[in-house]
Amino acid sequence: MLLLIPAIPLAGAVFLLIFRAKVGRFAGAIASSAIGGSFFVSLIAWSELLNRPAESRAVGGRVFEWIAAGSFHADFTLRVDPLTAVMLLVVTGVGTLIHIYSIGYMASDERRGTFFGYLNLFAASMLVLVLAGNFLVLFLGWELVGLCSFLLISFWSHRPSAAAAGKKAFIVNRIGDFGFLIALFLIQKTFGTLDMVEVFARAGESPLTGSLATAIPLLLLLGCAGKSAQIPLYIWLPDAMEGPTPVSALIHAATMVTAGVYLVARAHVLFEQSLIAGGVVVGIGIATALLAAAIAISQDDIKRVLAYSTVSQLGYMFVAVGTGALSRSALPYVAGIFHLVTHAFFKALLFLGAGSVMHAVGDETDMKKMGGLRKALPVTSLTFIIGWLAISGVPPLSGFFSKESILAAAWEHGLPWIWVLGVIVAGMTAFYMSRQVFLTFFGESRVAADVHPHESPPVMTRVLQSLALLAAVGGLLNLTLHHGTLSKWLEPVFTSGVHIEATEAATPLGLPEVVVSAFIALVSLAAIALAYRLYLAPGAEKARTRLKGSLGYFVRLSQKKFFVDELYNSLFVWPGKVVARIAAFGIDAKIIDGAVNGAAKAVGAAALRMRMTQSGLVRRYAMAMLTGAALIVALFVVRVR
Amino acid sequence: MIPDTWYLVLSALLFTIGAVGVLIRRNVIVMFMCIELMLNAVNLSFVTFDRMLGGVDGQISVFFVLVVAAAEVVVGLAIIVGIFRRRASADADQMSMLKW
Repeated sequence: MLLLIPAIPLAGAVFLLIFRAKVGRFAGAIASSAIGGSFFVSLIAWSELLNRPAESRAVGGRVFEWIAAGSFHADFTLRVDPLTAVMLLVVTGVGTLIHIYSIGYMASDERRGTFFGYLNLFAASMLVLVLAGNFLVLFLGWELVGLCSFLLISFWSHRPSAAAAGKKAFIVNRIGDFGFLIALFLIQKTFGTLDMVEVFARAGESPLTGSLATAIPLLLLLGCAGKSAQIPLYIWLPDAMEGPTPVSALIHAATMVTAGVYLVARAHVLFEQSLIAGGVVVGIGIATALLAAAIAISQDDIKRVLAYSTVSQLGYMFVAVGTGALSRSALPYVAGIFHLVTHAFFKALLFLGAGSVMHAVGDETDMKKMGGLRKALPVTSLTFIIGWLAISGVPPLSGFFSKESILAAAWEHGLPWIWVLGVIVAGMTAFYMSRQVFLTFFGESRVAADVHPHESPPVMTRVLQSLALLAAVGGLLNLTLHHGTLSKWLEPVFTSGVHIEATEAATPLGLPEVVVSAFIALVSLAAIALAYRLYLAPGAEKARTRLKGSLGYFVRLSQKKFFVDELYNSLFVWPGKVVARIAAFGIDAKIIDGAVNGAAKAVGAAALRMRMTQSGLVRRYAMAMLTGAALIVALFVVRVR
Repeated sequence: MIPDTWYLVLSALLFTIGAVGVLIRRNVIVMFMCIELMLNAVNLSFVTFDRMLGGVDGQISVFFVLVVAAAEVVVGLAIIVGIFRRRASADADQMSMLKW
């Protein structure tokens, strides 16, 4: 039955891609019902888990023998445990909503059939990824989602920027996948199998030692950093916004980019083998969160702000799962997955809202040319505001709870500095999101005169409303980290392996939890107030100019994205191109082609002379045959003697 | 009783005559007859060796050679007739169009 979950969207994808020219306006309905069916089956799987006792909540197993070569065996294994169930419901649930939204968004695109085919293919691949019970199956899904990401980013491939963005995403992901692949080789060599249950059991029984214990998780982390857009491989995600907006919402915000977080959580036993690995995960996470937030502050493109925000929030999740690996306890992982879920809700909502805005103003993405859209887009603006408050961490919306639990987990497990930086990032997040909302929906209209903003069709606004509801009440999933529903549900997954009992709840300065939460919420509110002062309040212009005077250097750096792209260009892209040029026009054209062509020329020249022996004279051939026969006979005679 | 060697000498002689004939004559019909001569020289040596060694393998081979020779005559003569009709000549040296 588990096979049905990815098989339904896969069937949809195959059908849509074969009949892409014929399905016409039914493409969206077909794709949506395929992923909806998958959601339904996921619900059944989830309820099956629910009926079992907490310790034995895992179903599934070998579907068929996939690869058997000598001593190497890899089975196509699908498994569902509480963690997978959460991912399944997020992927299929949010996925279904975004599929439905796309019906409206892509209504006038000629290549709808292809688009929905890719979208379904992505859903199938992502479901294989989260269902995988074997590292190789996971890798299969991992590569397939990368492929779909490439196909969908460059969906409008007639735009050079879209084609380049797709290429960039693919290449950067390949770098990460390289690390992943080496990690798989090491796992196979160390444990003799790629089956997750066995690998984790063996790693839990006899912990790895030496460099292997660090190498395997760090190489896995490289793959995670590629997929989840963490330093140093985050650069592809902002460019990925070239794709259609529902793609950004589904793949580059809600689901695919969380694959890295999922993998760290899934392979937590391996990450717990080495303190260095956990530390690196936390470090990368917080650094990415800070850097991306610092860039997001000054971006003017409505989707780019959200893209950097996604990178930043993914950094948050990495901090959480890294804390779990560092302290070998379950609750930080739960906090990370909780944030993954709520982030899927509100970030999908924000992206789809941004898509609705772009729809309204004629595909304009520059926020400087928006403003005052609140009146023209009542539903979009209201839902967007809910998403904004959720991501900013304003209670009682979902983002507040999930962010708070990550920070609480960091403090409890002895990472006070991470807590401080995390609070700073929370403030920055609230600031740039407020800036975005104020620039887009409030203030005076700066929309071009010939554009008349209009609300999107109901098929889109209904989805926005559903997601807004989820973003608002998502916090109910886990009201407190120590006693929440999600914590109870997920904890058994993370208690295997090397595990230390969770410490007693500890808070900064020993203050009650409520006070700390209130403080974090206050930071967010203060950041929102600051954004209001700088972008909306009377005299905002003057305040901005004054601030630019003192912080101009930082603003310019932020606008230029800290020159990371330029740095990579001169460090890797440019030398790579030089090497490729030498290889193509020097080595390949001269040496390799020279050898091949030279051999052919030599044979040709020899043949020109040799062919004169073929005179056409029968008697000459007969003479040659006779001479040959006589020689052979003579040879025999001599040998016999 | 004639010694076996004589047969072999005769066979060698016949083969040589045939081979020389193929090489020096230009008339295709004559060359063809010379090839037959060579084949039968070989047949003679087959039979002789069988007689010397007391077996039947050589005699069986002879039948194969005869069958092949008969078939070859059919095909060969047909080709020769075909060529002669077209070119009104049976000169082997003039049939040299199949070359480089």
